[in-house]
Amino acid sequence: MIITSGLKKYYGETAVVDDVSIQLPAGGITSIIGPNGAGKSTMLSIVSRLLGMDSGSVTIDGLDVSNTPSDVLARRLSILRQDNHMTARLTVHDLVAFGRYPYSKGRLNIEDKAHIDQAISYLNLDDLKNRFLDELSGGQRQRAFVAMVICQDTDYVLLDEPLNNLDMKHAMGMMKLMQKACRELGKTVVLVLHDINFASWYSNYIIAMKNGRVVRQGTPDELIRPEALKEIYDMDINVHEIGGHRVSLFYD
Amino acid sequence: MLHKLRWSRPTLFLVLLAVLALVSIVCFMTLGARGNWSFVLPFRGRKLLGLLLVAYAVAVSTVLFQTVTNNRILTPSIMGFDALYILVQTAIVFFLGPQMLVLINPYAQFGMEVVLMMAFSWMLFRWLFLSGNRSLHLLVLVGIVFGIFFRSLSNFMQRLLDPNAFQVLQDSFFASFSTIDPTLLGVASAVVGCVTLVLWRMGHSFDVLALGRDNAVNLGVEYKRTVVIILAMVSVLVSVSTALVGPITFFGLLVASLAHGLVGVSKHRYILPAASLLGVIALVGGQTLFERVFEFDTALSIIVEFLGGLVFIILILRGAAR
Repeated sequence: MIITSGLKKYYGETAVVDDVSIQLPAGGITSIIGPNGAGKSTMLSIVSRLLGMDSGSVTIDGLDVSNTPSDVLARRLSILRQDNHMTARLTVHDLVAFGRYPYSKGRLNIEDKAHIDQAISYLNLDDLKNRFLDELSGGQRQRAFVAMVICQDTDYVLLDEPLNNLDMKHAMGMMKLMQKACRELGKTVVLVLHDINFASWYSNYIIAMKNGRVVRQGTPDELIRPEALKEIYDMDINVHEIGGHRVSLFYD
Repeated sequence: MLHKLRWSRPTLFLVLLAVLALVSIVCFMTLGARGNWSFVLPFRGRKLLGLLLVAYAVAVSTVLFQTVTNNRILTPSIMGFDALYILVQTAIVFFLGPQMLVLINPYAQFGMEVVLMMAFSWMLFRWLFLSGNRSLHLLVLVGIVFGIFFRSLSNFMQRLLDPNAFQVLQDSFFASFSTIDPTLLGVASAVVGCVTLVLWRMGHSFDVLALGRDNAVNLGVEYKRTVVIILAMVSVLVSVSTALVGPITFFGLLVASLAHGLVGVSKHRYILPAASLLGVIALVGGQTLFERVFEFDTALSIIVEFLGGLVFIILILRGAAR
């Protein structure tokens, strides 16, 4: 379980994450939603030690992220940011192989190689595995990075807006894949999402942030309601129930 | 089949470069040798050792600096590191007096300079790269401004020195490819050896660092500690090459860019040897060509800087177009 308590982060005078104390349940998909500038990505970065906090603490299965060795955490938790521009020139296979670095420090053994092949086929990248990343489309590159994170084989997988760059088909494929990873591999997936319908349809739990604070949290049934969404996004959103899922319509 | 082909390309180029480097070394040692071999070989051998050390130091420091900063345009010398070395050297004479240069042995002096270099370059790096994202053009500009600033400050201090002290100081500046400072060869080899050992032990993290800070942290690299050590080693290597042959601005950029272009994959076990070999070919081969074939003497640094400068401009234009 990931527990944050009293998490605060300031940029200058403004608190971008303001006193966030939450418990992210183990297992299943947890989505973090909220308007732009709500502090969702910042919070995810702090939880995954990419960013330091100004006060508060984060523990992952009891390990405090600010003083646990980085390579120990790298075997528990992985994070993928939305912007993955890099200067290095690599093939898909090379990139996915980096997922084994926390275990093998660059000397791949047979077990590592099995993990790499498995992750590549898990994301249907077999045909692309010898292609260089700069020869791929945005969506394919996104999948390659997710494959690296899957290859890292951590209990917790944190993804910052993983549906960016993806068309509907691949976005849906990505969410189904995450569901599959939770079910088959027992992972805990935490995502920042902008599309509340994706959050509603695929999440087990939703956390809503606004102005650096957690304003609501609960299951999709509890959260995807007009009054809750009004509070989060300051707009009137109609919610309909289709096939047992709650779907919002926010077009005027 | 395709996979195999991709694998062989870097190896192929490495072998080719190694052969070319060997040919240049042999030519450098033997061409146009007149008189006693027992004089020629040690005499040229010392020069060769100096060139090899410089080629290696510049290549490795540039490649690693680019890896750590995630940037293919900036190099330690473009960021003013070698101008900083001159400044440190001048400052030591300025504040401690010229007797220091004569009294303390060159090794202690070199050691002092290296330590100051590491401290300064770490501060520079921290300010430029660890505090948020800054635009590439700003960084290049800052580097150039720093270079000019360090150089002007050294010039200013040199003007204030009394003529005797200035004379002592200037002696240590007169290094170039054809007149390598021989007193430091021994200590430079030892220092480069130690640096190589340190880098070798952390070599597995280089490829990961090239993925960018976020990915490196995600994969469990102790980012800050690793970067600090690498930058310290980069400063030492820059100090070594500047002490031996003086500042060379674009040479590192030239070999690093060529190495990345030739090898085609960003794996340091190929890039680092390729860049070093390219450095050896350019320096030793170029020096042979100029000394023996064209009978010029000082033009090598001009040609190297000219080519490196061209690469720099091309990279900047390409970066701007993107």
